[in-house]
Amino acid sequence: MWQSLHASLQERNFTVVAVAMDEPEAARAWIELAKPTYPCLIDRNHHVAELYNMVNVPQATWIDELGRIVRPPENAGSSDAFRQMDRTRMQMSPAQIADRNRTKQIYLAAVRDWVVKGSASEFAYDAAGSRARLRLPDAAVARAHAHFRLAQTLLSRGKREEAATNFAEASRLHPDSWTIWRQAAAKDATGLAAGPEFWARVDSLGDRPYHRPIDMTGLGTDG
Amino acid sequence: MITVLHEQSETVCTSARADGDELWIGAQDLAAATGWSMKPEGLCRGDVCLPVPRERAEDYIKGDMLNATAFWRRLQHPIAHDAAGELWVLGTSATDRSNALASLEAPDFALPDLAGATRTLAEQRGKKVLLATWASW
Repeated sequence: MWQSLHASLQERNFTVVAVAMDEPEAARAWIELAKPTYPCLIDRNHHVAELYNMVNVPQATWIDELGRIVRPPENAGSSDAFRQMDRTRMQMSPAQIADRNRTKQIYLAAVRDWVVKGSASEFAYDAAGSRARLRLPDAAVARAHAHFRLAQTLLSRGKREEAATNFAEASRLHPDSWTIWRQAAAKDATGLAAGPEFWARVDSLGDRPYHRPIDMTGLGTDG
Repeated sequence: MITVLHEQSETVCTSARADGDELWIGAQDLAAATGWSMKPEGLCRGDVCLPVPRERAEDYIKGDMLNATAFWRRLQHPIAHDAAGELWVLGTSATDRSNALASLEAPDFALPDLAGATRTLAEQRGKKVLLATWASW
């Protein structure tokens, strides 16, 4: 997803750092196919999701040359168009694909604008603007990550049943996290957690977003 | 054998003894596993010290063993452990995470790439970084 962005901007003192919320072996095929020239890291324990209070993929945050957050973690250019797809064929209509691509292009253009203009970019926030947009975890979220960490360690030791109990507790404590839920969910033959349970959970969102819309010109406002 | 999981580390603590929801660890092992060490002021990490409550000191310290879970609860850090009492997550509170984010200094981390090499966010200092997540699922 990020290779062409990285390649076109790497001469401008910019890099993508991609973090896979994933099992190493599940991520491997994707990374080998994409052949990224930016760092592509494996985060089996979802530590970055905990540090940055991220709840889905793709989410991203912008960090300047001094290591300061200038756009807090948010949905990185994905739309909810997939929710209306043909679920039996897993196919999106041309209009849905157009909506998805438009959202992605607006996001990528904003990243480019920031890389070129720096703090003068309308998409990079000052400290007050960044703080106002931060989403902070509560105690239940912190407990959820402790149970998730325990579950992943139990899983690696072959204790599947006890791992499942702790995954369930993590999801119960942090229902907004799709990363926790999908990591633990049953996967189909292609490795996707996109079966009936996934769609039921998506549908139970009702009017709430799966990918939270972000505050970016052309994309509507954060809801 | 008891293993303590804290931040990104996984530390075998040979001195540790589990008793229900309580985890007692030798001071040296606790320091190795979490970075919190016993000092005259209390249990400390960096400039932060948590004094031992005088009236209930024996709930926290017995000889050279420390009740890690009692300290953790006082720090309002989350705890999770397995049924066998062999795996203990000594987690980090939402308050600490929130303060780190609100400082706007991007929290650093060290993670492996596919080749097994450890990479950090800090090594990118001096560049603009798009830190982005993804997954195969």
